[in-house]
Amino acid sequence: MSDFYSKLRSIFPPDRLYEDAARVTPYVSDGLTVFREEPKAVVMPISNEEVADTLKLCHEFEIPFVARGSGTSLSGGSLPIRDGIVISLNRLNQILDLDPDNRTARVQPGVINSEISAAAADHGLYFAPDPSSQTVCTIGGNLAFNSGGAHCLKYGMTSNHILGLTVALPDGTVAELGNDSLENAGPDCVGLFVGSEGLLGIALEIQVRLMPVPESFQTILASYDSLEAAGDAVAAVVASGILPGAMEIMDRLAIEAAEAAVSAGYPEDAEACLIVELDGETAAVDADFQALSTTMEQTGAKEVRVAQSTEERLLIWKGRKSAFSAVGRLSPDYIVQDGVVPRSKLGQALKDISRFSSEAGLRVANVFHAGDGNLHPLILFDATEADGLEKAEALAGRILRLCLELGGSITGEHGVGVEKLEYMPDMFSPTDLDAFNRIRRAIDPKEISNRGKMLPSKEAPALSSQGPHPLEKAGVISRM
Amino acid sequence: MISQISKDKLGPKYASMKEPIEACVHCGFCLPTCPTYSTMGDEMNSPRGRIFLMKETLEGKIDPSEIDPFIDNCLGCLACVTSCPSGVEYGELISPYRSWSEEQRKRGTLEKLQRFALLKTIPCPDRFRAASKIASVFKPVAPYLPKSFGAMIELAPSQLPEKQEFDPIYPANGTRRGRVALLIGCAQQALAPKINQAAINVLTRNGIEVVVPESQGCCGSLAMHIGASKEAQAAAKKNFEAFPDDVDAIISTAAGCGSGMKEYGTLFAGADEEIADQAKAYSAKVQDVCAYLDAVGFAPPENSEAPPIKVAYHDACHLAHAQKIRSAPRKLLQSVPGIELLEPAEWEICCGSAGSYNIEHPDTAKELGKRKVKNLMATNPDVIATGNIGCLTQIEFHSKDSEKPVPVVHTVELLDGWSPGR
Repeated sequence: MSDFYSKLRSIFPPDRLYEDAARVTPYVSDGLTVFREEPKAVVMPISNEEVADTLKLCHEFEIPFVARGSGTSLSGGSLPIRDGIVISLNRLNQILDLDPDNRTARVQPGVINSEISAAAADHGLYFAPDPSSQTVCTIGGNLAFNSGGAHCLKYGMTSNHILGLTVALPDGTVAELGNDSLENAGPDCVGLFVGSEGLLGIALEIQVRLMPVPESFQTILASYDSLEAAGDAVAAVVASGILPGAMEIMDRLAIEAAEAAVSAGYPEDAEACLIVELDGETAAVDADFQALSTTMEQTGAKEVRVAQSTEERLLIWKGRKSAFSAVGRLSPDYIVQDGVVPRSKLGQALKDISRFSSEAGLRVANVFHAGDGNLHPLILFDATEADGLEKAEALAGRILRLCLELGGSITGEHGVGVEKLEYMPDMFSPTDLDAFNRIRRAIDPKEISNRGKMLPSKEAPALSSQGPHPLEKAGVISRM
Repeated sequence: MISQISKDKLGPKYASMKEPIEACVHCGFCLPTCPTYSTMGDEMNSPRGRIFLMKETLEGKIDPSEIDPFIDNCLGCLACVTSCPSGVEYGELISPYRSWSEEQRKRGTLEKLQRFALLKTIPCPDRFRAASKIASVFKPVAPYLPKSFGAMIELAPSQLPEKQEFDPIYPANGTRRGRVALLIGCAQQALAPKINQAAINVLTRNGIEVVVPESQGCCGSLAMHIGASKEAQAAAKKNFEAFPDDVDAIISTAAGCGSGMKEYGTLFAGADEEIADQAKAYSAKVQDVCAYLDAVGFAPPENSEAPPIKVAYHDACHLAHAQKIRSAPRKLLQSVPGIELLEPAEWEICCGSAGSYNIEHPDTAKELGKRKVKNLMATNPDVIATGNIGCLTQIEFHSKDSEKPVPVVHTVELLDGWSPGR
């Protein structure tokens, strides 16, 4: 094994290869701090060749690796792997090419999501996927987790905006998937790679689609006396035939936290607030706004506010997008869940979650992409209590199973990571999981690429749904 | 984030460090606004990474000496506090941590000498003048000296303005609307006494009586910033005695001093009750000159012949992030006829001055200085305005190489009717 590290040292100079505690420790967790794992080393490549050479070495010595961008994953997607290395892609952060005529850009994986839009702004273009952490998270991670965001209701997830990829496969082979054109031949290999949570290798160059910045926006903030009423309002808007850019709900706890963080003027006495944003050509937005106003009047809103300026609109979004972290003000320990339910079952899901919450004696703050039924219950707990985390995880499990019972999914955009691994068999049959694994092993026979995430590994123990995480039992991960 | 830090082990002076650590949820929203993370791109040079490292160190899992370089790299600009949705008070962690780790730190002779030199010269205008003269002699050999000594000499001004004494009291013009005491500062008083003069002019013209306590000295912020809490406390105590009680506010014209004095509560945490109370009372009175003027009402100077000027405003970190003052200086500037306010990109990123940072970490400081100047000059201004002497010197220094350097002035000078060539 020392061979591996001496060869690694021949690829990276000491200031880009971290092996000492002070430089390795800050990488033990990502956005999900209940899990931590010390990597053997962290490397910081500055070229595609360095990434490919590292993977060749990992393949040769069977060293597991995880690629990491800004480390904002909420499912432990970029959690290090025991006895493995972290490949930090933060210095592969250049926008390589921006083609306004064809509305595409070619970027490196370490580029921050919102930087693409900033660079395209001069041409009246932007990159549509807008995860709430878009000012921080990198495109490589968006790609690996097929990230969504408030506006994917209208514009789709990351997968709808990726055209082609240059990737390093887990054995270091560099391959082109898809190409620069807007239509492609052959199977959708790009589609397979997007959302594979780093199990199929590392994206080195990403060809993204850019969209024209909408000509006009109307953003409405409505407050309600109950969460159900806000949920019903979403159904009413959808039934009216309007397709807003985004429809988001925050409940009382989330409003309180977001208001404390950004002072956006959210209604603090409301049980829930609904944000509806229309975007597009001015004439269409104006017409939709008339229709929307009529619909909103019938939804029993306590108060309806329309953003009067761009600043006001951006502030409403800033609060919404800060809500997860802002909940840290209410409780420094919480789990963010990411279940999806069919839009028509939203009201029922919320009612059940509220009941589960009081039965468990734990507060749950709700922030969600109401338009596509993507729930984000934040379960607040006290980590200083001996069974605090366990109780919170039990409640999280109950909520996820509810989502499945209602015909939804265990994750909408945060991914399975390590956190939802044990729920995969609830969602997929052994045959389904085997099919995923066959594809994975065909590309990565040694299962070194982000081992232990998304799919149970061949060495993984039998999955259980209670008590310690299966990976903890196996000694692969540990908790802080 | 849960921690196993024992408050009892840390003692009353440092127990408060536990709160910001536990309030951090590790979301990473601080990363893009951190000047060191945005230049270096690694976790240990990010706020989130440093918080984690401090946690591990205070828990006894890592030796403090191992994390010193990354703690030292922090400029203390507090941009992370502005960008933190969870409300982590990073400033209330890094300052006491620096002082805690200083207690167990073994510094080399050269390093000790430099810190000693900094702490003995910058806070004393007379010594600062003398040192500048000496430094100007050494300028030609600066490149051959150890890096940070070279930076110290390179940054020292070649020429200082004439020494200026102030009267003990300046009466208000017209009806007296308020009475304040002015902290004239140390380095600023040597580098640009005209700033305090402008502040006195603007305040008195607006009906405010200004007291300039004669026996005042350095506020201790610079020492506090680098973890020399004993020196900082001594300086603060001197000013508790020097400043009168019967004033509405203690006015600072330097953002760094203002924010430091507002932190006296933390500086004297765990000290005996009487002095801790005195520190709190003093802190509560501290106000930045612009914030004060905005609160009491400001009338712009009457010089209608002044030509219109374009002003690029630079947010000093210790004003914008540490004191959360962004709108007051803008409002005041915009109320002056003829001033057009320009907003540079990346307002939240530090210029690299940060107390004595540009002397101790010349490379990072230089990179940040150049980046700041580039953003400011891109707005095509006639003049650059800011609320802190450190930023002013840094921006002036790094804009020397610009195609068309423009004057860099304190906001209050513009409020006093500054115009090009005046």
